[in-house]
Amino acid sequence: MELLLLLMLLPPLAGAALNGIFGHRFSQRLVSVIGCGAAGLAAVFAVLAALTSHLGPDTPPFVHSYFTWIQAGSFRSDFALYYDRLTLIMTLVVTVVGFLIHMYSRGYMEHEGGYYRFFCYLNLFLFMMLVLVTAASYPVMFVGWEGVGLCSYLLIGFYFPRKSASDAGKKAFIVTRIGDAGFTVGVALLFWSFGTVNFPELFPKIAALGLGDQEHTITAACLLLFLGAVGKSAQLPLYVWLPDAMEGPTPVSALIHAATMVTAGVYMVARSNVLFVHAPEALKTVSAVGCLTAFFAATIALCQNDLKRMLAYSTISQLGYMFVGCGAAVFSSGIFHLMTHACFKALLFLAAGSVMHAMSGELDMRIMGGLRRKLPITFVTFLVATLAISGVPGLSGFFSKDEILAAAYNGPLGSPWLYWLLTLTAGLTAFYMFRGLFLTFCGKSRVPHDLEHHVHESSSKMTVPLMILAAFSVVAGYVGIPEVLGGSERFDRFLEPVFGGSQSLLTSSGVAAAHTSSELALMIGSLTAAGLGILLAYWFYLKSPEIPEGIATAFSGAYRTLVNKYYVDEFYNWLIVHPVVVGSRKFLWQFVDVGVIDGAVNGSAEATADIGQVLRRIQSGNIRSYAAWVLLGAVGWLGYLLLR
Amino acid sequence: MVPLSHILLLSVILFTLGAAGFIIRRNVITVFMCIELMLNAVNLAFIAFSRRLPSLDGQLFVFFVIVVAAAEAAVGLAIIVALYRNRNSLAIDDVDSMKL
Repeated sequence: MELLLLLMLLPPLAGAALNGIFGHRFSQRLVSVIGCGAAGLAAVFAVLAALTSHLGPDTPPFVHSYFTWIQAGSFRSDFALYYDRLTLIMTLVVTVVGFLIHMYSRGYMEHEGGYYRFFCYLNLFLFMMLVLVTAASYPVMFVGWEGVGLCSYLLIGFYFPRKSASDAGKKAFIVTRIGDAGFTVGVALLFWSFGTVNFPELFPKIAALGLGDQEHTITAACLLLFLGAVGKSAQLPLYVWLPDAMEGPTPVSALIHAATMVTAGVYMVARSNVLFVHAPEALKTVSAVGCLTAFFAATIALCQNDLKRMLAYSTISQLGYMFVGCGAAVFSSGIFHLMTHACFKALLFLAAGSVMHAMSGELDMRIMGGLRRKLPITFVTFLVATLAISGVPGLSGFFSKDEILAAAYNGPLGSPWLYWLLTLTAGLTAFYMFRGLFLTFCGKSRVPHDLEHHVHESSSKMTVPLMILAAFSVVAGYVGIPEVLGGSERFDRFLEPVFGGSQSLLTSSGVAAAHTSSELALMIGSLTAAGLGILLAYWFYLKSPEIPEGIATAFSGAYRTLVNKYYVDEFYNWLIVHPVVVGSRKFLWQFVDVGVIDGAVNGSAEATADIGQVLRRIQSGNIRSYAAWVLLGAVGWLGYLLLR
Repeated sequence: MVPLSHILLLSVILFTLGAAGFIIRRNVITVFMCIELMLNAVNLAFIAFSRRLPSLDGQLFVFFVIVVAAAEAAVGLAIIVALYRNRNSLAIDDVDSMKL
């Protein structure tokens, strides 16, 4: 098993190294063979590991330490990997979706520059993400955490000659850094309080505590860890980097900012479930933040005209859903939604890329329309994904969203408020997603004349992954059919060994919420919302397109606020960025660096020169004066010796 | 017996004369002669003390001083000759090119 895990991790790293160092000499074919081959091997070994792991309900997680990484006093961190059922699911999601996106990129990046660089970074990202999900301790997880942040920066800024792209890369890295600071302090706090940051040692220690022991410490640590998740998974208030991250190539948006990296925060919270359940206040914070973010982002998505931006806000919103699931202490629902979301969100982005290709790089939905005639496969797959994300029954999104809504209402730390706000958000989600679908693919074509000739369906290199992901978007939900519908909730039961102890701790100790409701009733609520959303979108954008314009002019203030994303970026600029830039320029640069430091260095040089100028007068070349000085010195010395 | 102080006084006078001449005189060779005068003054002091104390160390050291003086004279005169050949002057003030 330890070999399999290593075999899963190494190909992407090797692929990145090969493509990075020698890629400029390789043909595009060789680069893609190495890149996709590495991703494929990782997927194969992930599947093999899953099949041979034999993780029964009572099997302890597999832990293997490969080498000692840090040993400093009592702090010891090995490079160790951890494999349990949660890891199994995460590795499968990451490698399979990753592999499909690698294959898609073969077609998408064909005519872009920097082909080998792209695949190098993509492979490196895959490696780092796998390290993150298989880590057996917080430091190793942090290595993966930072690594994916780095690759995100590199890939967002892939077209770095364009200023907006390099700015977006910097913004992503800096904003997530704020979260990372919280993460680091949280890990340090855990080490200080419990003496270890390795999962096999830390979790049993904390599980043995009663509810309420050391609650303040654990709550503080959990909140700090969650801050890291807020940054990485783009929740309020650190979500601002994700919409800008759409500057990167579309496969990047699909892989990193939909399916994998942004889900790292959710995974981390789920992995730390033992800690979080001992800090119910932290869990409530998680749900609150997730719920507010979900609603907030959905409102922004309503008015976006750029296809990818709308999908970006949709991602932020769906991540909020996952955090609510975890925050209500039904961690498996969060992970379930993570899994289904990875499929349909990646599909949505890849389809958007296909549309972008057809529209020669244009993404403004206002000048699209009627594309389904010329892009049939893209249309059908996009439709499948839209149905999934809207929670239409029969597709994967319905099951996972339903589970989260049930968790929000019925979970140990759930509350009706969460449920209602999330249901409203679900309605909004259905509305804006179908708005996107209708504006892009249906109705009369608004495509300008010069772009029209180029509109064509993408090559099979791009459409085949779309179709595979569409298939997943349909079936991925069937592993978690709720009991109300006659299913056996296999997914939840599968993850029971990982989360069960935590959940029962809360329910048994009476912290659990007292309100329950029939899951069927909850389902009906969400279905109604989704149905209303879809109908409204149909009415607004297909039947009577004048209505949205009318509403926009009637409520122009609100409309402008939403289109400008509540002016959050401008607010952050005013509050933080501008003062930092001005302070850096006026104080740190002009005063400290030029004035004090350069002044001290140059000043000491000038002082030395001045002293030298004075001393040089002794060396006049006049031998008699030298003789006089020698005599004077000799007399003085002798006098001193004789008279002391 | 000549009192010690007399001989030392003479030594001091000779040394002072040598030092003064060393600083005041313009001709290089005269400066050299003053250097020799200073060395010999010191020799005198050594002999005086050697006579006064029952010790031969003073006279022994005088040998050293004489040898060194001789060697130094040889080398110094060679330098003076080279100097004269280059500048055609024996004025010590004309040797001033080693200045900052």
